[in-house]
Amino acid sequence: MADRPVPIVEKRLLDVKLGELVTWIGGRDATPNGIFAALRRGHDRYYNKYINVKKGGIGGIAMLLVGYVAISYLWEYDHIKHDRWRKYH
Amino acid sequence: MVLSFFDQFMSPSYLGIPLMALALILPWTLYPKPTSQWISNRVLTLQGWFINRFTQQLMLPLGRKGHKWALLLTSLMIFLITLNMLGLLPYTFTPTTQLSLNMGFAVPLWLATVLIGMRNQPTIALGHLLPEGTPTPLIPVLIIIETISLFIRPIALGVRLTANLTAGHLLIQLIATAAFVLAPLMPTVALLTATLLLLLTLLEVAVAMIQAYVFVLLLSLYLQENV
Repeated sequence: MADRPVPIVEKRLLDVKLGELVTWIGGRDATPNGIFAALRRGHDRYYNKYINVKKGGIGGIAMLLVGYVAISYLWEYDHIKHDRWRKYH
Repeated sequence: MVLSFFDQFMSPSYLGIPLMALALILPWTLYPKPTSQWISNRVLTLQGWFINRFTQQLMLPLGRKGHKWALLLTSLMIFLITLNMLGLLPYTFTPTTQLSLNMGFAVPLWLATVLIGMRNQPTIALGHLLPEGTPTPLIPVLIIIETISLFIRPIALGVRLTANLTAGHLLIQLIATAAFVLAPLMPTVALLTATLLLLLTLLEVAVAMIQAYVFVLLLSLYLQENV
């Protein structure tokens, strides 16, 4: 059955067709409020899937910490790369 | 480019944002907000249990007037303990190794306790400068000594936290480098060094928690004298 036409900007990312991608990105709310709203949505999705469950395990927080380590490594890469390339420490 | 062992204490910038900003914001995201559900998830239950027990223990020696400080002291403790423990993960940055941050915590809070004491009960607050039962000839010297010790408290608070964490991180880096360099040359010695590293890491975990606790405990002690 035919769906009612939805404006491109309001579609979810996986429903957007490749040709409409640029329009989609351009139309997203990039104001600070919009960014906070997007962060809040992402946080709520993660929290409700992995932590706010009846028998949550260590995985929920462990994934967060591993992500933090990965981001820290990326942040420091410009500094750390000299360590690897050095011949004498 | 000169690489030294102290490079881990520099806060690197990426796209103009220092890593310190991320490290300072992260503890806030790790503790979920309690809901009004009767039975919440495991993380919230543990968190609530810990906070309740800790606040109860901390507020025991303080009177009613000191209970106003409960929120500040408990949140400070949670913040410090999270910062310290997160700093033990690889490649992360520990904000509490920076003297500026620790002095920023120590000086205003210590000053608040002193001002509260001076304002509400000036006689008792000044009376703390002379312990009971001192022999009369010693009184002038002792007052000077006690005043000096009073003014050294914020410096001691800040420097204690900084020095402990910095020393711990430095030791871990040194011993890890030693084990790494020795591994192809003398495997047995490298194994011993690796065992030492394991024990040191366990110690560092303990130090991280203890130092945060000591910081908050001393503050509550200063408050107890003055409130």
